[in-house]
Amino acid sequence: MTAHTKGSGLKWVGRAIRRLEDPALVTGQGRFTADLPAMHWVRFVRSPNASGKIAKIDAPNGATVITAADLKGVKKITPMLHKFNYKPVGQPVLADGVVRFVGEPVAVVVAASEEAAEDIADLVEVTIDETTPMIDARAALQSGAPQVHAEAPGNVILEGKFKTPDFDATWKGSYKIITVEARSRRQNATPMEARGGHAAYDASTGRVTLTCTTQMPHLMRTAIADVLGFAESDLRVIAPDVGGGFGQKMSLAAEYVVLVWLARKLKSSVAWTEDRRENLIAGFHARDQYITLAGAFDKNAKLLALKTDIVSNIGAYSCFPTTCGVEPLMAMAEMPGPYDVRHYECLARGVITNTCTMAPYRGVSRPVITFTLERLMDKAASAFAIDPIDIRRRNLIDKLPYTSAMGLVYDEATYKQTLEMAVKAIDVPAFRARQKAARAQGRHLGIGFATFSERTGYGSPAFAARGMEITPGWETVILTVDPSGFVEARIGSSPHGQGLRTTLAQIIADEIGVTPDVIKVVHGDTDIAPYGWGTFASRSLVISGGASLIAAQKVRAKLIKIASHMLEAAPHDIMLENGTAKVAGTDRFVSIAKMAREAYHQTHRFKGEIEPGLTETGSYDPPGTFSNACHVAIVEVDVETGRVTVEKFLVAEDAGRIINPMIADGQVHGGIAQGIGNALLEEIIYDESGGILTANLADYMPPTAREIPPIELHHIETPSTTSITKAKGLGEGGCIGAPAAIINAINDALSEYGVQIDEMPATPQRIRAALRASSLPSPLWGGEKGTA
Amino acid sequence: MKPAAFVRHVPRTLDEALKILAQVAPQDGRVLAGGQSLVPIMAFRLAKPAHLVDINEVEGLDRISNDGKLLSIGARVRHAAFHKSVVENPLGLLLTEVARHIAHYPIRVRGTFCGSLAHADPASEWCLVAATLDATMVAKNTRGERPIAAKDYFQGIMSTALAEDELLAEARLPLLASDAKFGFNEFNRRAGDFAMAASLVCYRLQGGKIVEPRVGVGGAEPCPRRIAEAEAALNGKAPGDAVFRAAAEAAASAVEPLEDHQTTGEYRRDLVRAVVRRALEQSIT
Repeated sequence: MTAHTKGSGLKWVGRAIRRLEDPALVTGQGRFTADLPAMHWVRFVRSPNASGKIAKIDAPNGATVITAADLKGVKKITPMLHKFNYKPVGQPVLADGVVRFVGEPVAVVVAASEEAAEDIADLVEVTIDETTPMIDARAALQSGAPQVHAEAPGNVILEGKFKTPDFDATWKGSYKIITVEARSRRQNATPMEARGGHAAYDASTGRVTLTCTTQMPHLMRTAIADVLGFAESDLRVIAPDVGGGFGQKMSLAAEYVVLVWLARKLKSSVAWTEDRRENLIAGFHARDQYITLAGAFDKNAKLLALKTDIVSNIGAYSCFPTTCGVEPLMAMAEMPGPYDVRHYECLARGVITNTCTMAPYRGVSRPVITFTLERLMDKAASAFAIDPIDIRRRNLIDKLPYTSAMGLVYDEATYKQTLEMAVKAIDVPAFRARQKAARAQGRHLGIGFATFSERTGYGSPAFAARGMEITPGWETVILTVDPSGFVEARIGSSPHGQGLRTTLAQIIADEIGVTPDVIKVVHGDTDIAPYGWGTFASRSLVISGGASLIAAQKVRAKLIKIASHMLEAAPHDIMLENGTAKVAGTDRFVSIAKMAREAYHQTHRFKGEIEPGLTETGSYDPPGTFSNACHVAIVEVDVETGRVTVEKFLVAEDAGRIINPMIADGQVHGGIAQGIGNALLEEIIYDESGGILTANLADYMPPTAREIPPIELHHIETPSTTSITKAKGLGEGGCIGAPAAIINAINDALSEYGVQIDEMPATPQRIRAALRASSLPSPLWGGEKGTA
Repeated sequence: MKPAAFVRHVPRTLDEALKILAQVAPQDGRVLAGGQSLVPIMAFRLAKPAHLVDINEVEGLDRISNDGKLLSIGARVRHAAFHKSVVENPLGLLLTEVARHIAHYPIRVRGTFCGSLAHADPASEWCLVAATLDATMVAKNTRGERPIAAKDYFQGIMSTALAEDELLAEARLPLLASDAKFGFNEFNRRAGDFAMAASLVCYRLQGGKIVEPRVGVGGAEPCPRRIAEAEAALNGKAPGDAVFRAAAEAAASAVEPLEDHQTTGEYRRDLVRAVVRRALEQSIT
């Protein structure tokens, strides 16, 4: 393909066309799991206790209540890693004798309606002989702490260790060591649509169709068939319209296994719609980490070495298919971020506790490690008495490709350029003047920067480095021009809001010379779509996009062959555009629709020289590519109440070639909104006994539109050299950079008080507590000591 | 997230409503008005009323009237009714200022003024208004009606002096002096959330000095109430920064703050200090 410049001949790539998927969604014609009628509805009875033995389960007479005792032959969900001293632990789909977190499914009630099922579930009494729960990861690491699983001594399920040669000598020889103790509290991804499933048995074939809110239908099929022990081909999994996933819906819900088991048992249809309370308690959590990070600098504030201890609370079980390695191992691999640092030592542990199981959440560990690393850089800047921007200038990677201390290869990117672009756009001198003027009026403004790399679109080698038994990576696209001349792309990815139906159509349209609206992108049905990994990890545009391009190139080649035959012209004289094949320099052409008819219905004319039909398959498994960005937040901190208001947010980003600028911007906006929640608002809180205090959206607080400031975006397009469409992923960057920028801005606003906010979310309570603990005088209260 | 089964009664007249309430109250019957507090609690099954007396069809309860001294607000009057001033008196403006802080627009269209008072959430803006202005709550049952003064009405977190067979038929707020000054401020984590502390202040100026001060604080204690110590700090003083700070400090010291897992008493006092001072500042801008 030619370079992406204006007038390059690329007609659709790079244009902000409206999303082809939206007309149905905005007119109420979307089709969601909970829309399906069912003969039976279920309600899960969940453990009221965090830890203990199930003494008895009493069900009302005549009710259908299934417990683990009924599930003979059903295997445990046992995700597997083959590295990092991983201890496989099994998760029974219904708690089998032991409960390990509040909300764990203990029994399932089957009734004729949702209401009836909930009424019966209310009457089911679960008696548990409680044992001491382990809630906090550091407490669970103490010697003598109660064991959550016998298989994982010391509650450590996995341990990653890494150290570069000569680390110790570098460390000892350094000029200054700066340390940050970071704490990231627990979150729930809170997709708009909670989870849900509908399993229907077909008596004529014995097959079950599971419709569910998943990001990876094929992996659900594999996992459920494995756990229940039947042929994968006897299960069809459909992901209809899915109302957001953010990683929460890429992990196997034990509830789906139960639904399929019930459909086969009852030979009927059975449905479950998760409510918000269940989702907040049991729908997977994320980001509960302690990170200690120290940086060794030379006298010019150049980073020489990083040392980090990562403790990730992975909850009660290991999630399928990524395993609980997803957070600690990503943190280990990517901690050095966008900085040139040659020496690195890391200890990353996954700790099992009596809390809801951890699963990937948009950004996975990177919002946490970026926050930690960017706090380190700001603290170091302060220690060296230089500007936070300068310390980044001195340390950002600028020679590419770059191989990190961990061995990751960073492709072409613009770490320094995006920083400079953001610094210029935000007008730092003007802000500093405004900050000073505001301070004179008793107001506290702050500015914070975050620079980061976002590893995206990585294929199987990257996942294999983690030793995953289930190693994701590649994608397949089957592209068909049907006899009517319309185009269908069947993809293994499973978009649920990312706009892939539009962006893939743009890529295909340019290749075969049609308009995107004649291209249907079909996904989310294991009977129709090719086996694939689904949509997660900022991968689908890169990998499915690459597979789409490969398939489209093959279709293009075949169309040219057919046109050459029909128009009696040399193949190199054929041009595909506007739905036709033309002979260059003549007025001879044939429409793609006509060629398609020919390809199916007049194949005798090809005299055996061209295969019948017009279907081609493309597969793609790239090494991965790094997007990068600089985020800037301007905040105001109300020192009397601790409230933080994000006044403005600015992003300078490079995600390679942008296929659809509107969709790209939407991804960044949404990510920043979640980053604001992460930085300031969202926290799953357990009490000491393992009960959840934040089981509704009044107590667990995603931001509303009122908490989202104006967002200004700037782009650089550095074509990726490791992605055949030259596009990089950008699905996670918004939420990766935003928390760090906001927390740094808060610390900037409060710099005169000497407080250090190194915990997320930075709630008003925590900010006030830090100010109160500050020993510096506050001019607000007449300069009295300690009364800020 | 489905409520337990219940029987819904839909009376058309107040007499009919009171009769049904008298019958069903002993069988865990509750009044349903806007349902913006009760229905979520039912969905969580924290409340499982067997009967709901739905008063949304009852004639006459949707009226707002004033007799020159009192503003009477019927049981069906929605929060949104106060988006515009309902009376030519500073009270009308005060209610408009407060109303926009109540939850979100769709909730304000459905929820009712009296429903908030009957529910008696400590964070309720209308409960703070009722306490600060010494409203009178008119409770009715089949045997008659009785007025309840605000200071007697609020009895604890979501607890009031209403008997189980009593309907809060109306609330009466005293009209304010034409030169009354007021200010309102609340603190919450997100726009529309329950207030973690709120303050309503109201006073008159005579010869440049504050008279008849009222300082109400809500969200910080089990019930909203007037804070005498803060009022004393204002009384007879000229409004100004130092006086406002002193009153705010007095309020912060006087409250016995609610605490929870995240919010210490000390922090709640910080918020009380801030909202009282800011409400006072608003009163002079």
